[in-house]
Amino acid sequence: MQTPQMSGSELFAVSPLVVEALCVERGRRLVLENVAFSLASGESLRVIGRNGAGKSTLLRALAGLLPLRSGRIRLGSAEGEDASIATHYLAHADGLRAVLTVSENLQFWRAMLADPGGADGLSLSEALARVGLAPLAEAPVGALSAGQKRRIALARLFVARRPLWLLDEPLTALDQRARDQFAQAMRAHCEAGGILVAATHEPLGFETTRTLDLDVGGRA
Amino acid sequence: MSAAFVALFLREMRIAGRVGGSTLMGVAFFLCLVAITPFAVGPDPKLLARIGPAILWISALLATLLGLDRLFQADAEEGSLDQLYLASLPLELAVVAKCAAHWVSAELPLVLAAPFLGLMLDQEAGALLAVTASLLVGSPALTLIGAMGAAATVSVRRGGLLMALLVLPLAIPVLIFGVSAASAATAVDAPLVASFAILAALALAALALCPFAAAAMLRQL
Repeated sequence: MQTPQMSGSELFAVSPLVVEALCVERGRRLVLENVAFSLASGESLRVIGRNGAGKSTLLRALAGLLPLRSGRIRLGSAEGEDASIATHYLAHADGLRAVLTVSENLQFWRAMLADPGGADGLSLSEALARVGLAPLAEAPVGALSAGQKRRIALARLFVARRPLWLLDEPLTALDQRARDQFAQAMRAHCEAGGILVAATHEPLGFETTRTLDLDVGGRA
Repeated sequence: MSAAFVALFLREMRIAGRVGGSTLMGVAFFLCLVAITPFAVGPDPKLLARIGPAILWISALLATLLGLDRLFQADAEEGSLDQLYLASLPLELAVVAKCAAHWVSAELPLVLAAPFLGLMLDQEAGALLAVTASLLVGSPALTLIGAMGAAATVSVRRGGLLMALLVLPLAIPVLIFGVSAASAATAVDAPLVASFAILAALALAALALCPFAAAAMLRQL
């Protein structure tokens, strides 16, 4: 299997993601109770569970976007906002402005998400080529299809290098070819030492190290 | 970090330019408010000359509120706000960058339009200069105070009215010293320098405090 080239340093120096006794409430209902797992550099976790089991809540909490009722989330020694700046979060709302072009949107997120002291991500043209959207660089995002928008959101993962990927239903609206390409990219991310947590009902197209089933309990 | 600040500022400016209407709409609203006043208070030039600075300031305040309620809402809906939390730029500075872009694209046109609208209210040259200068100094405070209201109502559908209720009381000090600075130019022994100094102090205090308040509210979402 061919590993896509990463620019800058090849390997992430990542300390493990450790989640201890995590409890999260939403609207006064305890959605996550005592979730605990740890992922070392290069490991991946697939989160499954029925609708409403708390998959998205778990990912938002891991990204630092939700207050925790109790428990801890650590990425190495970093917690809270220090961990957030090492995190890519991909969700249903893809963070793209319809009136801006594809390259304007990506260029903006490249600058916003860049690691100030770390290695650069892929250049815009490389990232767009990797998701197969190079010809659409100057098209306004509002004119694209759902699957094309999703691909731009995936390209955001490549333009800024961050070790922890949190992916909420990453394959939604993607065609088979794009799914295969993205499975390849996820595998490459883990091989480079990154950590990946994906919540999905669908087959991801690659074997994650572990699976967390929120229906049967919060341990992986 | 400064690269991210500039990138956010440029993105906001680009969006304002692309959407177009918003700048023009604010100025048109400003014009409407100033133009209907003589119908309400009567066409007496002396009266208009006297209350002109106050009318311009109230109209500028209302025109400011018109554009501000969407400051964070579009970002929240499309998921950009989530990404801004994860950015290397602190959220407080992101608020400042967005306010700066909003000021340049929506407030500065109001300031530039003010002397022309002042002519409709029979203002003399000195008064036109004073009201424009006072708006230039005071309008950043209005934007920053408004950003707090926009952050507080970001998840409220049609939050514009609620935002106005929150923001208008907080804008009273700016209004008082803005109008006093603007009318000091024509009045005899009025404290021109003191009014301008306090207005500038209010703007600086807003710059120091409002981004923290707005960012704290955005984090509560």
